[in-house]
Amino acid sequence: MEYFLELLFGGLTRGSIYALIALGYTMVYGIIELINFAHGEIYMIGAFTGLIVAGVLGALGFPGSAILVFAIVAAVIYSAAYGYTIEKIAYKPLRGAARLSPLISAIGMSIFLQNYVMLAQTSDFLPFPSLLPELGFVKHFNGIVGSSDFIIIVTTALVCIGLTLFIKYTKMGKAMRATAQNRKMALLVGINVDTVISATFVIGSSLAAVGGVLIASHIGQINYYIGFIAGLKAFTAAVLGGIGSIPGAMLGGLVLGLTEAYATGYVSSDYEDVFAFALLVLILIFRPSGIMGKEKIQKV
Amino acid sequence: MTAGCDSFAESLKKSVLASLWFIFLTFPIMVIRVDTINKTIDWRWMNMAYIGIATFLLSFVWRWALTRKEIKKDESTRENISERLLNQVSANAYSKYGLLALFAAGAVVFPHLVGMYQTNIMISCLIYIVLGLGLNMVVGIAGLLHLGYVAFYAVGAYSYALLNMHYGIGFWTALPIGAVFGVVFAVLLGLPVLRLRGDYLAIVTLGFGEIVRLVLENWGDVTMGPSGISGIDRPGFFGVKFGVMDSITYAYYIMLALLIFTIFVINRLQNSRLGRALLALREDEIASQAMGIDRTKAKLLAFALGSCWAGLAGVVFAAKTTFINPASFTFWESAIVLSVVVIGGMGSIRGVIAGALILILMPEYLRAFSEFRMLVFGATMVLVMVFRPQGLIRAKRKIYTYVKREGATNE
Repeated sequence: MEYFLELLFGGLTRGSIYALIALGYTMVYGIIELINFAHGEIYMIGAFTGLIVAGVLGALGFPGSAILVFAIVAAVIYSAAYGYTIEKIAYKPLRGAARLSPLISAIGMSIFLQNYVMLAQTSDFLPFPSLLPELGFVKHFNGIVGSSDFIIIVTTALVCIGLTLFIKYTKMGKAMRATAQNRKMALLVGINVDTVISATFVIGSSLAAVGGVLIASHIGQINYYIGFIAGLKAFTAAVLGGIGSIPGAMLGGLVLGLTEAYATGYVSSDYEDVFAFALLVLILIFRPSGIMGKEKIQKV
Repeated sequence: MTAGCDSFAESLKKSVLASLWFIFLTFPIMVIRVDTINKTIDWRWMNMAYIGIATFLLSFVWRWALTRKEIKKDESTRENISERLLNQVSANAYSKYGLLALFAAGAVVFPHLVGMYQTNIMISCLIYIVLGLGLNMVVGIAGLLHLGYVAFYAVGAYSYALLNMHYGIGFWTALPIGAVFGVVFAVLLGLPVLRLRGDYLAIVTLGFGEIVRLVLENWGDVTMGPSGISGIDRPGFFGVKFGVMDSITYAYYIMLALLIFTIFVINRLQNSRLGRALLALREDEIASQAMGIDRTKAKLLAFALGSCWAGLAGVVFAAKTTFINPASFTFWESAIVLSVVVIGGMGSIRGVIAGALILILMPEYLRAFSEFRMLVFGATMVLVMVFRPQGLIRAKRKIYTYVKREGATNE
């Protein structure tokens, strides 16, 4: 039973991170129907920014909690800036092009960013300092759930609630929903669609950055390649929940995280990544619209 | 807002802003390198200057190119210089066949003119051309974005390596077997997933490619895991044993023959009923289904055919290197083959050949820059999509003309 619970919390932690990254995929897809392949790399850049800030501040002798705050803020700012710039360079000039073009451009961007970080930093694994504080009351759980697990799950929950409120009640959130419904109509009623798309990229990238710093601090090491697998899995989560749907992405992330945790815990840990991809293939075959997605009718 | 109409001062201001933005953007990653264990920081201020100057200059080029694209939008069918030259050459039968003969002669004597090293590079280039042509079948002609292509290449390579290791089966027997395995795997994957739309299909194939690689890596009992299989036999020639040098030359000729065969088949296929059905599907799926094209069948055929060549190329690769391991079949390999197709020109045989020659040979000869290879690949993929989506050499549709025969009674 204890093992079962351990796996449960491990799965929830993973799932929370997948959900954070998946939100970016889902939001972008909802607005411009593009799989932002470079999104995983934005997560990776967030983690690297966090590492660099933590390294500099650590050498200057800042206290741990201040480092955490600065690292997250810097990661969010930089990831958002990267997300914004990528959209301007690689996707905006391709509006209205054939469907395949932006996708290939996105893959190119992803390859470029990975190699950019690899060349500028290193291809080795870099140790990431553990920034998350130790919580006293977690000790009562007999090691079933660690402090960092707890912090990650709670942070993700708060971020998701915040995002839901933002989408529901703010002006920009409403503009986003309108644009996702029908871009031409949104344009007609005076919504600046370009701003909405940029905002979507900025918000999605910020969420990925939060996830990047949290998971890097939890695992303790990063390298330039972490974005690829994480991005792929987050995409799986987005598809699982129904791409384009925000609650779907959250749910999909949790389902994927739990599936992985239990499959590696009870079946085999060698095939960790295979389970996620197999789940993706199965979902796409049997229910391509995902858990919460709506079946889309093809228009002629 | 066309940048071309801007005054010089305006343009200068924009470039300065772009330059400042990119200095900000690249600051932490390019300038600072930290060591969190020893608590040391390495500041590389020079990088900041490089980035600033480079983006300042490049932003002029970027805006100029965007403006030009804007202007040329309505004349997108116009040919550029290289295409015009190519078309002029191929319009004249003498120059066309003369040039082809020249190429053929060059290709035949190539291994005797240069050393083993160069021949080896050329073999891998030929392998990439065949892979590119196979993927072109799927991506360029059928319009199915396939990101796990290298999985089928791995299937071919591993089927030869394993058959050779366990049963001593030779290269020539393994060649068709590798192709068949490629097709079988493609059908197994293709049947369920081919009804998915573009982006979903891309992800599924990517996932499938990763699954194949992970299985190769983890199924140690059969595939020998990450350490790979070594000592694979080189191709034989009716029992004659070659020295290393001769066997490489021999492998080169095998690959050349395979390439010619590939070009022949794909050329015929493009203008066949199937090829035209695929082109129609790529352009408008619903309309072509309404015209009676069996979507699943046509797509599956394209998928299987493309994978068949991946299997063939895989067998040759295993025989050429005599050692394979899962590290040779990562997603990046798929990405390289895809960029060969995209940058060369989707759907165009000449384009794929040109793309492979440029992308595979250039980094080999510019050794000093080889670590920037993937960086350049990525950037080129983005730039080509933005500025020249049709690739270096545009695919040419066959034009059917009606020739009135003498004595024909039926108009």
